[in-house]
Amino acid sequence: MREAVPALGLENRLAAYYIAIGLLALAVGGLMGLLQALQHSGINLYPYLYPVLASYYHGLTYHGVLMVLVWTTFFISGFLIFVATHSFGRPLASPSLGKFTFGLMVVGLLLAVWPIATNDATVLFTFYPPMRAHPAFYIGLTMVVVGTWLILLNLVLTYRQWRAENPGVRTPLPAFMAVVTLAMWFIASLGVALEMLAILIPFSLGLTSGADPLLARTLFWFTGHPIVYFWLLPAYISWYTMIPKQAGGKLFSDPLARVSFLLFLFLSTPVGLHHQFTDPGVGELWKFLQAIFTFGVFFPSLLTFFNVVASVELGGRARGGRGWLGWIPRLPWSDPSFTAQALGMVLFAFGGIGGLVNASYNVNLVVHNTMWVVGHFHLTVGSGVTLTFMGILYWLVPYLTGRALWSRPLGLVQPWLWLVGMGLMSFAQHWLGLLDMPRRTMVGSAAYLPLRPDWQALLPLVGIGGVILFTSGLLFFVNIVMTWVAGRRPARVEVPVAEALHGPETGPVVLDRWRPWLTVALALIIFAYGPVLAMLVASAAFNVPGVRVW
Amino acid sequence: MNRNNLSVYIYELAWILPSIAIPVSMLVAIALSAFAMGIHLPGPEGRLDPARLDSTPPFDKPGVRQVGPGRYEAVVIGQIWRFTPNEIRVPAGSEVTFIATSRDVVHGFKIQDSPVNMMLIPGQVSRLSARFDRPGEYLLVCHEYCGTGHHVMFGKVIVEPSGQGGSR
Repeated sequence: MREAVPALGLENRLAAYYIAIGLLALAVGGLMGLLQALQHSGINLYPYLYPVLASYYHGLTYHGVLMVLVWTTFFISGFLIFVATHSFGRPLASPSLGKFTFGLMVVGLLLAVWPIATNDATVLFTFYPPMRAHPAFYIGLTMVVVGTWLILLNLVLTYRQWRAENPGVRTPLPAFMAVVTLAMWFIASLGVALEMLAILIPFSLGLTSGADPLLARTLFWFTGHPIVYFWLLPAYISWYTMIPKQAGGKLFSDPLARVSFLLFLFLSTPVGLHHQFTDPGVGELWKFLQAIFTFGVFFPSLLTFFNVVASVELGGRARGGRGWLGWIPRLPWSDPSFTAQALGMVLFAFGGIGGLVNASYNVNLVVHNTMWVVGHFHLTVGSGVTLTFMGILYWLVPYLTGRALWSRPLGLVQPWLWLVGMGLMSFAQHWLGLLDMPRRTMVGSAAYLPLRPDWQALLPLVGIGGVILFTSGLLFFVNIVMTWVAGRRPARVEVPVAEALHGPETGPVVLDRWRPWLTVALALIIFAYGPVLAMLVASAAFNVPGVRVW
Repeated sequence: MNRNNLSVYIYELAWILPSIAIPVSMLVAIALSAFAMGIHLPGPEGRLDPARLDSTPPFDKPGVRQVGPGRYEAVVIGQIWRFTPNEIRVPAGSEVTFIATSRDVVHGFKIQDSPVNMMLIPGQVSRLSARFDRPGEYLLVCHEYCGTGHHVMFGKVIVEPSGQGGSR
């Protein structure tokens, strides 16, 4: 039924444009990652790249900003517009708002990237004050965030139109998930928006004499942890509502999927302090409270693990699999879209388990700000999320261009190479982290590297893994670009939509209400963050002057 | 409810209960180990003005001092791109309290093979204690990006065999 929505021309075009920009960011960011991995293993190419890259940290700023802020946000913006409108079976409530939002986000992106290119914003993607970048960097990023709010507004208006015509019907699962994702992100992004508007933009314009670095960090991490669920939930949308169909099965339980998304809506945000366990000026009680919530947000991921694996198992059994594990080889391993996402899930599972270590109040002292953390998020956002988005693109690009995927074998080799490359690199990074190696550091040139032969023994693995990973990325881009420019065969692709074994009507109606869950979300945030923020604001001192340290 | 739905409920329940029990038991283990072993995290210590460190005790006199039998305090300032002092000497078996801050941007403070891992934030004081029993050199690194010289910012905690004594 969803194929028969000819009126979605604008929505499909918007999705394509957003995703194209995201892919450009992924390509440049990936190149920067290769340079870093080589530098770590003793091959320093930065002297040859001056002044395009003025320093290792200039490249690292590109890598972080382009990967976790631009690739994710732009892919997600396009994908969620696509998912929600196809799932509602109707166009955006306001096409002109949709176009304006896209324009706003592109202008914001250009504003933010321009000072990075001129080496005037080498502050990494965390931009902690009192490092002070060019004002355009902060203003541009703020415009991108505001753009995501406008997408939420447009989808909420679309939902209301759909609801008026469909009273009493359960919201279609993909659209429900898209709106929950954006609603969660809206609440979460208020922290960084406040940081930008109240601290960083006036500070960078020279309107204030200084910044309060601790207050700024706390507002940053208010957004900085839940942003990972803003990256992850769109991948979960594919795992819940598309992968079961691609695997030849059904979604095991629709109500359980909704429960898990609603848990993310209210547990994602009151957890940011676990990034600040080692910060002075924040009490241990509040850190421990948010550690508890962080373990709480592990629960909906466990529900997802069960529901998705059970759904995929239904597929494997429907395809003739028998016995405890016999369903696994029967899965559609000849489909690049399925393979990329299934391997993304495997890597993500390890990332999730490692994340429990980071969240552990005291065990975190061993790994905080070490390479362990780098290994962790390359498994989560760098594999669970990125491989899933690549897997989605293996059907979505043919769908949007009308051209069949250029090479299926290449699309099959690519995720396996990613598994090997990322496996090697993140394994080495986790280990190096346990050996105290700091993150965000030009380790190949570190003054103390000669003191650590144990690091030197492991660092080549980072370079080898990085090269394999880069090769995998290259195969992906060749395939996508060739599909786009040289595709000859017409695509026969449908948007995969999984049926549910245990359908939405078996769950309670309250799962389709908004007000109770949004109320719980706000109450938990006020409980976990209210006193901390009130204390930090009451004692705030905007007296640390901005500096340029690059 | 038909049999199909019932078995779905049973499978769901069989997963949900352990999914609650596992994080809860991990949390209990963490709470017990943290509080029973007396492991602390940095907390509120009051604010200071990073522009006036040279006249703000204890940062007017960075260095190591003995504060009791087997107990030392190390007052350290992080700034681009060095620690002052960058060598901290204590005898083996000492309990050392690190009191540190930053003069400029955010820095990190991590000591090899020890639970000392903290952020140095301008305007805030970071404090953690650790016991050093085994003689040797322990690397102290800045683990937060602090500018183009970040990777040359390091120091050492030198634990001397006890009997030789001596703080400096």
